[in-house]
Amino acid sequence: MAKKLALIASKGTLDWAYPPFILASTAAALDYEVSIFFTFYGLTLLKKDLSDLKVSPLGNPAMPMPVPMPNFVQMLPGMESIATMMMKQKIADKGVASIEDLRNACLESGVKFIACQMTVDLFDFKPADFIEGIEFGGAASFFEFAGESDVNLFI
Amino acid sequence: MEFTKEVDASGLNCPLPILRCKKGLSELEAAQVLKIIVTDPGSVKDLNAFCAQTGHTLLQLDQNGKTFTFYIKKRAD
Repeated sequence: MAKKLALIASKGTLDWAYPPFILASTAAALDYEVSIFFTFYGLTLLKKDLSDLKVSPLGNPAMPMPVPMPNFVQMLPGMESIATMMMKQKIADKGVASIEDLRNACLESGVKFIACQMTVDLFDFKPADFIEGIEFGGAASFFEFAGESDVNLFI
Repeated sequence: MEFTKEVDASGLNCPLPILRCKKGLSELEAAQVLKIIVTDPGSVKDLNAFCAQTGHTLLQLDQNGKTFTFYIKKRAD
């Protein structure tokens, strides 16, 4: 019987978009049955348009920067876009997959995506903004598969 | 070593070599051999772990500088 993996994806920045999709696509390649529950900011990862994903050096002191940058500089308008551009360039240079590619790999290998209905309502997200083939549910839906999973992770 | 299909995952980083390997194997019949070329040093341990967990057989691993070539035999269904 196939092993099962349950993930909660709760973060919606470009950097933190990676762990759930990397783990889910890899687990699927290892013949796991995988479900991801997307909640709060993690719902952003289900949008058709992923170009909004950004990374911010602000409040993120561990982020490697080419030059040391004080917080008041990081607050300047446009700094987030610059950091995001630099990160995307680095991702491409290092042969790291894009989030779109990893998400597609998950979908192609049958990873189940569940969007937290409560947060969809809370943030007034429109189901039409999300990709096709996802389900909507609540905490009980998560436990339905998490309860019988071999690995459970909150990201 | 003889092989049925070759996949070049050079320049690709985790988890892409594993995903390409899985895809390559899915296009083979049982007992056929996939040759996969990778340059990500992390995928040496990863492809070993992939084989150990999925039941495919790692027949041979060659290293040439920073390039690793794996020959993996597909498991019986």
